[in-house]
Amino acid sequence: MKKNILGIFILLVAIFVVTAMINPKFLNAYNMQNLIKWSSLYAIMSLGVAFVIITGGIDLSIGSVVGLVSVVLSICLKLEGMDPWSAIGITLILSLGIGLVHGLLITKAKVQPFVVTLCGLLVYRSLGRWLTDNQSIGPIPLEGDPGYVNIEQIYGLDFIFSGKIAIGSFNLPTPALFLLVLALAAAVFLRRTIWGRYLFALGNNEEGTRYSGIDTDRMKIIAYVLCSLFAGIAGILFAFELDSVQPAQTGEFYELYAIAAAVLGGCSLRGGEGSVLGVVIAAAVIRLIYNSINMVGISTHLEFGILGLVILLGVIGDEYLKKRVSQKQSLSKT
Amino acid sequence: MSEANSIPLLKVSGLRKSFPGVLALRGVSLSLEKGEVLALIGENGAGKSTLMKILAGVQPADEGHYQVDGKNVQFRNVNEAMEQGIALIHQELNLCGNLDLAANIFLGREPTRRGLIDDVEMRSQTEKFLSKVGLNLPVETLAGSLPIGKQQLIEIAKALSCNARVLIMDEPTSSLSQKETETLFGVVKNLRSKGISVIYISHRLGEVKELADRVTVFRDGENAGELKKDQINHPNMVSLMVGRELSEFYDRKRHQPQKNILSVKGLCCPSFPDYPLSLEVHAGEIVGIAGLVGAGRTELLQTIFGVTPALSGTIEIDGEVKNIRSPQAAIRSGIALAPENRKEHGLVLPLSVRENCSLPCLQRDASVGWLNHKMEDRVTKQSVESMKIKTPNNEQKARFLSGGNQQKIVLGKWLAMKPKLLLLDEPTRGIDIGAKREIYKLMEKLAGEGMAILFVSSEMEEVLGMSDRTYVMHEGKISGELKQKELSDKAIMNLATGTLQVA
Repeated sequence: MKKNILGIFILLVAIFVVTAMINPKFLNAYNMQNLIKWSSLYAIMSLGVAFVIITGGIDLSIGSVVGLVSVVLSICLKLEGMDPWSAIGITLILSLGIGLVHGLLITKAKVQPFVVTLCGLLVYRSLGRWLTDNQSIGPIPLEGDPGYVNIEQIYGLDFIFSGKIAIGSFNLPTPALFLLVLALAAAVFLRRTIWGRYLFALGNNEEGTRYSGIDTDRMKIIAYVLCSLFAGIAGILFAFELDSVQPAQTGEFYELYAIAAAVLGGCSLRGGEGSVLGVVIAAAVIRLIYNSINMVGISTHLEFGILGLVILLGVIGDEYLKKRVSQKQSLSKT
Repeated sequence: MSEANSIPLLKVSGLRKSFPGVLALRGVSLSLEKGEVLALIGENGAGKSTLMKILAGVQPADEGHYQVDGKNVQFRNVNEAMEQGIALIHQELNLCGNLDLAANIFLGREPTRRGLIDDVEMRSQTEKFLSKVGLNLPVETLAGSLPIGKQQLIEIAKALSCNARVLIMDEPTSSLSQKETETLFGVVKNLRSKGISVIYISHRLGEVKELADRVTVFRDGENAGELKKDQINHPNMVSLMVGRELSEFYDRKRHQPQKNILSVKGLCCPSFPDYPLSLEVHAGEIVGIAGLVGAGRTELLQTIFGVTPALSGTIEIDGEVKNIRSPQAAIRSGIALAPENRKEHGLVLPLSVRENCSLPCLQRDASVGWLNHKMEDRVTKQSVESMKIKTPNNEQKARFLSGGNQQKIVLGKWLAMKPKLLLLDEPTRGIDIGAKREIYKLMEKLAGEGMAILFVSSEMEEVLGMSDRTYVMHEGKISGELKQKELSDKAIMNLATGTLQVA
């Protein structure tokens, strides 16, 4: 394990142990299942934004994409009575399309990523509210709710996206499996394929990468498409998890959690740095902090404050560690 | 080099290229033989870099012929030029500091197996190319952790890995130390003996003399002449470049040493905390700091200027001990610094000449925070005139000026503050010969007016030509002090490499 990941991992273990000591209920199976489920959902979004951050960009629209995707999925299933798999297909195509538009605006129209995705944040959120007339809606029928066809298939999807698989006495939430597959794919993509290499390269030195004969625009577009795709997958998972989607609230501020996890997990907003494992652990840390605040009995009004401080200290510690390492290296060189 | 009976490896003729408002190339020609080192010289703005970019496929020419092996070619991008074996080693290095050497050398051409990068193959190939440029480094080394001289060699290794037949090197030594330069020359000579051709752009005529088989000179976007091997010498090159004879390049009048302006005692810089440094500079004196890159020279200037405050020791300005913990404090004490990297630290590129010139005195001239436009214009006019800054008008963005004129703005903006001590870090790096001379004249003029000047330079000729006295640094220590009459390149090199210690 690399040093920078080790730091965040130690933080995870420390919070875990302290919380478990203060409140033994923390360790019960139900709480653990919840923790794993929410950490997985957060981690999937965070991995998406990590691709973009590695290129030196940013995506602020993730939360709104999560919201819009879960709204559109619900509409397709309830109002349109669509074949559930087609509905999933449509939402995935929607999120790919959003990423493509972001990428094209950023590379071809040369609009800054911050601006493009900030506008995305506003547009997708309001689109979701307009489509539903701001009424809550869900992918699966609540009790006595008419208007859904293909009920059986929908429950099948519900199991896939928010079910539990019994492993002995432990019920593993399915989002964890999604995370496992996506994280592995992301790690292989970033570390073992040429495209991953190009993302790191252009994040560090875009001009130099272009002079090496690489189509940097295309690589950036790929990063934004992947980011929105991961947000879209998270959106589907959230929709089934929440059962009822609030067009105005679902996914709100999630972009900030995702960015925070990416940064805490070792991605530099300057680009060129980041690791899948670090981001996954950091996403877990963020969920764990929430959980701990409840478990330890700290006022939930302090949630954001504590989260903010931990991220700040984590990043400062990371910078300090990096400085120490590079100092050591330059000393050993002379 | 049989020029008569063979087709040149590379030949261009009648190349024209214009940019908005500038005619960069007005029909230039150039040819290159196999295994030849061709130096391309000329003042900044003569069109050298533009031609290089056309040759390497970075940008197309407006018109003209370009032949490789006697066949007409037209490159739409860098890849197409690379396929013909033409590679550009950029002035600003194009490595990715976050990737290892293997990843950098094979960036864009990674060997793959079943869609994944084949690290084993890539690393063994990398070792082969590293040894071609005389580097013996682990391939897992991060490019960013290497000193700039080694990074340059990595760039060359990268070009060789694309089977480059022609290496175009744009100011390759501008940020190298003497020793790194020697290594680079060794590599270039070795490549030449293996039949690889090099087009070498440099402002350093000494290097051109040592390395080049032939020299092509550009002036104002046209061919100004060509020199064969036995004609390559300073006077010939300079007169072709500027179109006139340069009588006395380093025009120094020696001044009688006056009172102490700067007196540094036991100063410990954060970068080399174990070596206290002491030095002094008198009014009207130009003092050089020589040494290899990384010897701590820049760090010393930065500490005096308060960028990286000293850990211990004292700085006296004009006999008064000053506590300099920030650039603001340094400026208040009458110190100005023209930093090494003027594009990053010396100027705000997107701002105009006026805004740059007036930046340091805004606060002084403002009334309760309101900009004082009248004063701003006055300061700018003064700077532009006294520095002879060539700009269409004072609203021109600094980014669009040549390196020489940018440096003049950096100097000009300080002069309005009337500093007692001027710190210059590599004052003429990447500046053409005409502008260099003007900078030297300015230094001379300012010293004549009683300013104390302390400058860091990696150019031997500059140190020898300009300093009244020279400190030489080696690995964070001042390894010696040389008076005017003791000054020689050998003495400096001995001290700079730590071969000799002078008390």
